[in-house]
Amino acid sequence: MSVPVSMIELKAGENGTVATIKGGAGMVRKLDSLGIHEGKTITKISAQWMHGPVVIRAGATEVAIGYGMASKIMVLS
Amino acid sequence: MKILLMGNPNVGKSALFNRLTGADVIISNYPGTTVEFSRGSIKTGGECVEIIDVPGTYTLEPTCRAEEIAVRILENEPDAIIVNVLTSINLERSLFLTMQLIEKKRPMLVVLNMWDEAAHAGISIDREMLEKMLGCPCMPTCAISGQGIKNMVEKLGDARIPEFFSTPAGRWDDIGRIIDRVQTVRHRHHTFRERLADASVYPFPGLVVAAIILLASLAAIRWIGEGLINAVLEPFFENCWKPVAMHLSTAMGGQGFVHDLIVGKLIDGQIDYGQSFGLLTTGLFVPFGAVLPYVFAFYTVLSILEDIGYLPRLAVISDVVMHRLGLHGLAIMPMLLGFGCNVPGILSTRILETRKERFIAATLTAIAVPCMSLQAMVAGLAGRHGVHGLLLVFGTLAVVWVVLGLVLRRLVKGESPEIFVEIPPYRLPDLWCLIKKIAIRIKWFLKEAIPFVLLGVFIADLLYMLGVIELTGRILSPVTTRIMGLPADAAGAIVVGFLRKDVAVGMLAPLDLTLKQLVIASVVLSMFFPCIATFSVMVKELGMKDMAKSAAIMVVSSIVVAGILNLLLPTG
Repeated sequence: MSVPVSMIELKAGENGTVATIKGGAGMVRKLDSLGIHEGKTITKISAQWMHGPVVIRAGATEVAIGYGMASKIMVLS
Repeated sequence: MKILLMGNPNVGKSALFNRLTGADVIISNYPGTTVEFSRGSIKTGGECVEIIDVPGTYTLEPTCRAEEIAVRILENEPDAIIVNVLTSINLERSLFLTMQLIEKKRPMLVVLNMWDEAAHAGISIDREMLEKMLGCPCMPTCAISGQGIKNMVEKLGDARIPEFFSTPAGRWDDIGRIIDRVQTVRHRHHTFRERLADASVYPFPGLVVAAIILLASLAAIRWIGEGLINAVLEPFFENCWKPVAMHLSTAMGGQGFVHDLIVGKLIDGQIDYGQSFGLLTTGLFVPFGAVLPYVFAFYTVLSILEDIGYLPRLAVISDVVMHRLGLHGLAIMPMLLGFGCNVPGILSTRILETRKERFIAATLTAIAVPCMSLQAMVAGLAGRHGVHGLLLVFGTLAVVWVVLGLVLRRLVKGESPEIFVEIPPYRLPDLWCLIKKIAIRIKWFLKEAIPFVLLGVFIADLLYMLGVIELTGRILSPVTTRIMGLPADAAGAIVVGFLRKDVAVGMLAPLDLTLKQLVIASVVLSMFFPCIATFSVMVKELGMKDMAKSAAIMVVSSIVVAGILNLLLPTG
């Protein structure tokens, strides 16, 4: 697939390569410090009901991020 | 010489600090355990080295209060050597902060902690190559078992400014090059623990797991607390201590001002720990006989949950609810800690990013999260009427917690960012660490509680004897009697509640309250105003102005809630 989708659209267990992060500088920096940046392959572990947090894995790091943040991380699967 | 222990959250800095200095700093398996820094010192080669345990941070561009503290310490200690603690199980991510620290051009030593766990996970790191590439000593350690610590200390003198050159834009590329050369990962299958880890962040079975763990925790706390009271403390106070106190009472003439202060009033010629209110009777029974067993039970259960690494997962599961209260899932940590004692609970609000969140979390904790001291006394008093009395008290507080959160979310200005938390792997708790942590917390409780309990009992006695209680009772009676439906004497408990909540609940014992009055009084005591220890930590964390706002919310909401309960609950 060549059209980037957000981490929300990805199913649990699927992975993708980060294409863009459509957030502000603060958010990009925060994600960057945990190793989530353009070109990195990340896996979606789980999502919660009612727009709850999304758990993703990047390398050996597992991190829970909010729904809004997840919707701004665009990946190529 | 001075050294700063710096590194990502949850890599074992505090464990290393304890190992190095023999100090007692709480360690857990979740990011953000350390929100305040500790100092200690060691002697090596005849030289005294001061060590500072810095709160964990992912970056030198801070995103929360604890990280701000970390960066500030780094700036305030320009001559200190940086001991950068990395986790070997996640070298790649750990190196990001290393790159930023390298840019500071200061003498550094890199510690590869959790070396053993990485080996188990099939990760091998070429330490010498890493040392060569970075240009500063890299020492493997296992802070929990103590392996490698001695070698690391010996190398402190070799710390030097790394030769590695990195630019902010190229950090991850540089890290990628390092990882390619120093790390090899053996492919392996998912372990049972990893499957369990994933399962607990799915909505299903995550919610079921959360419900089971919380119910089991409650049951365990009650079982341990009650068990200790029935098997050890109650027999001790009744059969061993009471005869001693009775002898003392006889020797002191059985009555009089000093007698009543020390031994307390005799009830039907006998000491009654609930009603006598002497320093050596009620003053000792409250902290040791009633509260300590529950504090011990609570911290045992909490410490196990912390060390396994369950709490960040609970944060994920509870995020949806917390979000409605203007918080995010991570705010479950201050709340849980608050159930033990509000002071550490409110301190840990530092893991939250904005002023709005910290205000809501601290206010909700102080109002609707009853500390173990209060809970234990309420359990002793209202529990006599059966479980429904307790359910009414805690159920009311739970409703207050939700409703107040919903309101504050709209009223308090500012932002409520989304959850952002690293989820650590599940770990089997180290028994020795667990015992040590529970011991630290018990010691801390005793140090904080005993003086204030004795002072509380002393002041309660004085106020009674001087007639102040009666006076305040009369002054406050429009509120306490009319709105809350409590006897005028209960006002004394509210006054003493400022010193210690457990003593305050204890003051209700002689009043012969009905269950309804007991429920209302317990709710008011939890909500009305924090005890002095909590009050001062709130002033420190929120500032005087926000604390005043928070206090206003407490007073008003407690009166409203007590009024509603007084109207709704059936008499009797």
